[in-house]
Amino acid sequence: MTNGANAGSGADRAPLLEVKGLKKYFPIRRGFLQKIVGQVKAVDDVSFVVHHGETLSLVGESGCGKTTTARCILRAITPTAGQVLLADEGEILDVATLPKHRLRGLRRQMQMIFQDPFSSLNPRMTLADIVGEPLLVHGVGNVTERTDRVVELLRLVGLRPEYMQRYPHAFSGGQRQRIGIARALALNPRLVVADEPVSALDVSVQAQILNLLLELQDRLGLTYLFVAHDLSVVKHISERVAVMYVGRIVETAPTEALFGSPRHPYTEALLSAVPKPDPRLRSERIVLQGEVADPANTPPGCHFHPRCMYAQAVCKEKAPALEEIAPEHFVSCHRARELSLRGVDIPVAGGV
Amino acid sequence: MQTSTKPLLSVRNLRTSFFQDEGTTKAVDGASFDVSPGKTLGIVGESGCGKSVTAQSILRIVDRPGRIVGGEILLTREDGSQTDLVKLEASGAEMRSIRGGDIGLVFQEPMTSFSPVHTIGAQLVEAVLLHNEVTPKEARRRGIEALRSVGIPKPERRIDEYSFELSGGLRQRAMIAVALSCDPRLLIADEPTTALDVTTQAQILDLLRKIQQERGMAVMLITHNLGVIAEMADDVVVMYLGRVVEQGSVDDIFHDPKHPYTKALLQSIPSIDSAPRVKLPTISGSIPHPFNRPPGCPFHPRCAAFIPGRCDAAEPALKAVGDGRQVSCFLYE
Repeated sequence: MTNGANAGSGADRAPLLEVKGLKKYFPIRRGFLQKIVGQVKAVDDVSFVVHHGETLSLVGESGCGKTTTARCILRAITPTAGQVLLADEGEILDVATLPKHRLRGLRRQMQMIFQDPFSSLNPRMTLADIVGEPLLVHGVGNVTERTDRVVELLRLVGLRPEYMQRYPHAFSGGQRQRIGIARALALNPRLVVADEPVSALDVSVQAQILNLLLELQDRLGLTYLFVAHDLSVVKHISERVAVMYVGRIVETAPTEALFGSPRHPYTEALLSAVPKPDPRLRSERIVLQGEVADPANTPPGCHFHPRCMYAQAVCKEKAPALEEIAPEHFVSCHRARELSLRGVDIPVAGGV
Repeated sequence: MQTSTKPLLSVRNLRTSFFQDEGTTKAVDGASFDVSPGKTLGIVGESGCGKSVTAQSILRIVDRPGRIVGGEILLTREDGSQTDLVKLEASGAEMRSIRGGDIGLVFQEPMTSFSPVHTIGAQLVEAVLLHNEVTPKEARRRGIEALRSVGIPKPERRIDEYSFELSGGLRQRAMIAVALSCDPRLLIADEPTTALDVTTQAQILDLLRKIQQERGMAVMLITHNLGVIAEMADDVVVMYLGRVVEQGSVDDIFHDPKHPYTKALLQSIPSIDSAPRVKLPTISGSIPHPFNRPPGCPFHPRCAAFIPGRCDAAEPALKAVGDGRQVSCFLYE
């Protein structure tokens, strides 16, 4: 295992993944001839960078395009436009346009952890088969070498290798998620895309899996792209956060900056909406009016303007560009520089 | 907590079991708590703790092969008399008038709890007609009013739409409108915001709070989300494997938890206010399957304060510790 690459921090790290102008439109077809009558702009011009060894979270509400973005990056679906550049041993590959026959080799670099540990594991395969399958598909080693690797992987994620011949039904939700993690790590990937890996788990088990993910990152020098809707989980795990709203990124910043001093009104509202687990902090929340815009019929200008309490005439006409307004802090809002928005306080660790 | 006013609903030693071929699952195993009029009682616990089955037992809608095997559910009626819901016929006239009349219910899944082949209006008017002697025209008017009161725009038009034409947030509002259409004195909300996004969740929680203040009804809020409990509840009941492990006011539970499970649960949640990327304290192991219920205190295999020979031998009873607080743990006996 080569894993020396987890030193260094922040901006000086080289990018592992760079997403440029990514778009994914789904056609809406109607009628007998299945004529295309419109488009769902699930991902609409998304750009971001993930550095070696860091954790970037994509956050947003349902329908904001975060999962579609993740699936485009893995080329589980082919993007409509844009580039997904992955650094592969000195070479930079565009995953979005790579011919199909080269994808399998590329998938050793990028693996996925799924949300639902109940439906993402085949009930008719044993643990050894599930975790060993990526090795088999990629023709790694012989039978004994593969078994040894499965044993190693199970130990790594905190499962007993004696359970290797059991089927998924014999395991609890948390243990199944560990199996999914072991499978994702089987090929020593460099980028792990985790799509809501803890949202199906109970609170007491959630903490175990989050700790495991952090620990594995330290030990193996993994890079995570974390897709989630739960802001407290996101805050716990990530170094940088990108907030999405209706197919676009509205704000990207280091975790503490984003939570402590958000610069986009949507981020402010999102932070304010999260119920805080302390009855003494019951405060005036910003309750957004209306609903998330329909990606098939987006409002003109800034997508957020119909629900934004700071909206002005310009917001209805022109879509704001993503601009760097502080080091590493990108915001797409016409009024980002003049507004002073409310974040959440970060108390000293342990101060309850 | 238990002041001079009688509790609106008093659950005493409730036991509900599911009799299956593989064995008996004790989903609720001796739960006791009170709901005070006009207050919000939060019931919190992880999956399998019996919080939803408790709600189903109160409404007498436990699915077969489940059955209430013991205990009392005392509902104080408007004239001050008490009715034991366990003794009523589940599909009898009295229970049917209480269900939806005195007690309203909001389910977790707004997608599946409406019939997709009837309009929202048909389902709303049905509830009004069932519990009130009014003309269909008047029932429809009340239906529109109910939709308006939960903040649904253009209720005159929405009432003739089907549930799949509404978004998740609007559907949950419509669900609340159905539950409120007959002026219940107690609203049971079972994970009312779990399927919703945070900003929609904030809207629904705000709505519930507003309605409660306007109507002075009691709310029993069932959720696994400690944040929602902290925002909404006056009193909190913490459940684990079918039993109440701790009960107290919301401030006591969050700032002075007594039971080791409550303490561990509060420590293990990542909070939006806490420092990033630090290791969370965890509860070891996972929730046991109800078939393999541990002997003694059900939490003892995962408990940090486990006393060998005591916790695995006998079950601790729910005992009062101080002002309105109850804990079931040998540490406090």
